[in-house]
Amino acid sequence: MTQVIAQAPGAESFEPDQNSPKSNWREYFSFSLDHKVIGIQYLVTTFFFYLIGGALASVIRAELATPDSDLVAPELYNGLFTIHGTVMIFLWIVPAVTGGFGNYLIPLMIGARDMAFPKLNAIAFWMIPPAGVLLISSFFYGPSSTGWTAYPPLSILTDQHVGQAVWIASIIILGTSSILGAVNFLVTILAMRMPGMGMFDMPLFCWSMLSTSGLVLIATPVLAGAMILLGFDLLAGTAFFNPTGGGNPVVYQHLFWFYSHPAVYVMILPVFGIISEILPVHSRKPIFGYKAIAYSSIIICVLGLVVWAHHMFTSGTPNWLRIFFMIATLLVAVPTGIKVFSWLATLWGGKLRLESPLLFAMGFISMFVVGGLSGVMLGSVPVDIHLHDTYFIVAHFHYVLFGGSVFGIYAGIYHWFPKMTGKMLNEFWGKVHFFLTFVGFNLCFLPMHLLGLQGMPRRVSQYDPQFASINVICTIGAFLLAISTFPFLFNAIFSWIKGEKATDNPWNGLTLEWTTSSPPIVENWHGDPVLTTGPYDYGMEYAHEADLLAEPSA
Amino acid sequence: MNKSRIFSIAVGLSLIIIASLWYGQNNGLLPEAAATEAILYDNLFNSLLTIAAAIFLIVQTILIYSMIKFRRRAGDDTDGIPIHDNFLLEIIWTAVPTVLVIWVGIYSFDVYGVMQNGRPMSMGMGMPAMTHNHLGMEAAHADMMNQMENSELNTAVASASEPLNIDVQGMQFAWIFSYPGTEIQTAELHVPIGREIKLNLSALDVIHAFWVPQFRLKQDTIPGMATSIQFTPNKLGEYPIVCAELCGSYHGGMRAQLFVDTPEDYEAWLVQEQEDLASSNSKNAIASTEILSQHQQLLAAQTQKMGISPETLKSLPRTMPN
Repeated sequence: MTQVIAQAPGAESFEPDQNSPKSNWREYFSFSLDHKVIGIQYLVTTFFFYLIGGALASVIRAELATPDSDLVAPELYNGLFTIHGTVMIFLWIVPAVTGGFGNYLIPLMIGARDMAFPKLNAIAFWMIPPAGVLLISSFFYGPSSTGWTAYPPLSILTDQHVGQAVWIASIIILGTSSILGAVNFLVTILAMRMPGMGMFDMPLFCWSMLSTSGLVLIATPVLAGAMILLGFDLLAGTAFFNPTGGGNPVVYQHLFWFYSHPAVYVMILPVFGIISEILPVHSRKPIFGYKAIAYSSIIICVLGLVVWAHHMFTSGTPNWLRIFFMIATLLVAVPTGIKVFSWLATLWGGKLRLESPLLFAMGFISMFVVGGLSGVMLGSVPVDIHLHDTYFIVAHFHYVLFGGSVFGIYAGIYHWFPKMTGKMLNEFWGKVHFFLTFVGFNLCFLPMHLLGLQGMPRRVSQYDPQFASINVICTIGAFLLAISTFPFLFNAIFSWIKGEKATDNPWNGLTLEWTTSSPPIVENWHGDPVLTTGPYDYGMEYAHEADLLAEPSA
Repeated sequence: MNKSRIFSIAVGLSLIIIASLWYGQNNGLLPEAAATEAILYDNLFNSLLTIAAAIFLIVQTILIYSMIKFRRRAGDDTDGIPIHDNFLLEIIWTAVPTVLVIWVGIYSFDVYGVMQNGRPMSMGMGMPAMTHNHLGMEAAHADMMNQMENSELNTAVASASEPLNIDVQGMQFAWIFSYPGTEIQTAELHVPIGREIKLNLSALDVIHAFWVPQFRLKQDTIPGMATSIQFTPNKLGEYPIVCAELCGSYHGGMRAQLFVDTPEDYEAWLVQEQEDLASSNSKNAIASTEILSQHQQLLAAQTQKMGISPETLKSLPRTMPN
């Protein structure tokens, strides 16, 4: 399985890495300004937080194995799912897909030597570890226990004042880090493309990061504002959101979801980009409908800003507002559908290399579609009124964020690991990882749809005994999912240390990152990078056959 | 594209559509429907599920077919045929979802109107009348009438025009129901069958959500803001009331029962409650305080276990059945 053609198309022969400083593990623990080091710092740090978030999830599922509240105290249970959600969103998916893949790939894909603002980049990364430690340390004195949504008045009246305040502080720090990163991506993509590379010559990952960064810049400051006001209500006794002082708790929900719905797109758009990169390489075909995919990212970004109140259909929102947000929400399905169908068309008629990167990418499409379809159902106001705050929602967003984002992150790691480390991951353990994850994930989250429809609310540690048997299935699935992480973890560690050496272009990819050494040198290329082909010009020798095919069907 | 290929695609699509239609009608995912609105809801849900199932099956079929048919054979290092786009195909997969979601929007809009105020909202908002759904509502009504005739409850129909108002208050971690015009306050909700009920919701401390899965209805109760829901129960029985918005440590335990009674039973229950209330107010103090203190001891032990503070207890109405 390892025969590879190491010829990078059009690349000159590279100098051996004599001039570049020897790669040093200490570099990864330093305030490095190299975008590749920062990207890997992001990925490793966030994966560490992912393991913590996963451990919390295991405790949650263990508690839910029985209908009674018997494993942990109810207050602690609320703390567990609050910190689980917060860690997975703010310390894993958001920084991994933007900071991790964005930092590593954007300069390499557009032929730049580094990001536009290297020092800002490093600052943005180094805000994450302290915020994460701060958040998780709150288990020593009572963590925030009001859900990752922290709705007032509950979050103001909570007994865990310190934990809630620490939670607010870490969200503000992480949000700031995210904003700094977004500025950097935006400027880098717009201003630092190599000569000759127009916007529509960019790989699609760059387009997805462009729309993501726009979303972050518009939406995140609103979250910071909401957090600061909430902090005042909590600590200074003001009444922005506290009804006993004349405040309005629903205003908080508007501010919160104005960020937190776009946050879903921040977590999924870069992954759409990752999938658009992986499919052409591993199916040996050009991406289908480049411009449609690029524009659909922008449309999703715009629509994503005007759908937030669909999280508030039961909050006493005025009727006309519910109708407006319903229509906007349903329309998001159109650009998303364009992407999915374009990916399927990319696979169609290809030469699929069914190895870990493509398996995870196809698993992504398969699972994300489930989350997307349940999302359309939830977009309908009457349907949502029954299903809001039930396990159906839990199932829906895990299909989007785990079946979607996390599968996509894994696909990206399998795809770019050789470039990042210069070592190949073990393919056998990669497949084991995929199948365990796929089975465990579906076993855990598919039955949750039924739980929600039948009447089980979310965020409860005790529930009606009629749901006991389905919950046992979910718990078994969750444990399988937890176990599935270990093959990956050991594969990554052992391969990094003593894996088979990777060539510069093990997958025969055409995007620019494959034209440099694995791992790339500090300045990315000896001499200037050369743009010889488009990012997806696979199978050009058969171009005449494509023309023949196109005629009768069009 | 040759004829046999078109034929097999057509057969595959029809199979998928048949399977989706069958699954949409026979999914059995929802609990029993006990209100007229719930029947409309189920029709909407089943239609959406049919569409979702069809798209799901199409996507998964293409994925699995591709994995088998287009997998790279050993030794084949060539590329696929470079097809960049297909205008017709792209128009189809943009237009079809657009039409579908607009249809879903209009249908949902109508159902929502009925759930809100008993008639399609499109009429009240100066939008073109959308009539396709009235059939559904009539069917729902007919269903209810049948059931009522069966149980000989025709008396209820006369008063069905004006909704019966009941006040609902959510607090950590209980529901309290007050029946306007009486002094009755209870921890379980009784409603007569076949009559439109309007619940006026409020919250004492934090946000809760009133949810009856069998009615497919949910509404947040928000401190400092009045909210309400309306429904017409059409099936006798006992249904759970679930708090659906995280409200603190014992959120999972915040449940109550809803009883749909025949109008006679409902009246009898009201009278009984009123008598109980009068007797507990006027009967000799010794007996009632004795009972009360007994109850309070029981309650104190129980609530301590549940983490409810004595202050919360004091604010509870006196006649809460223990």
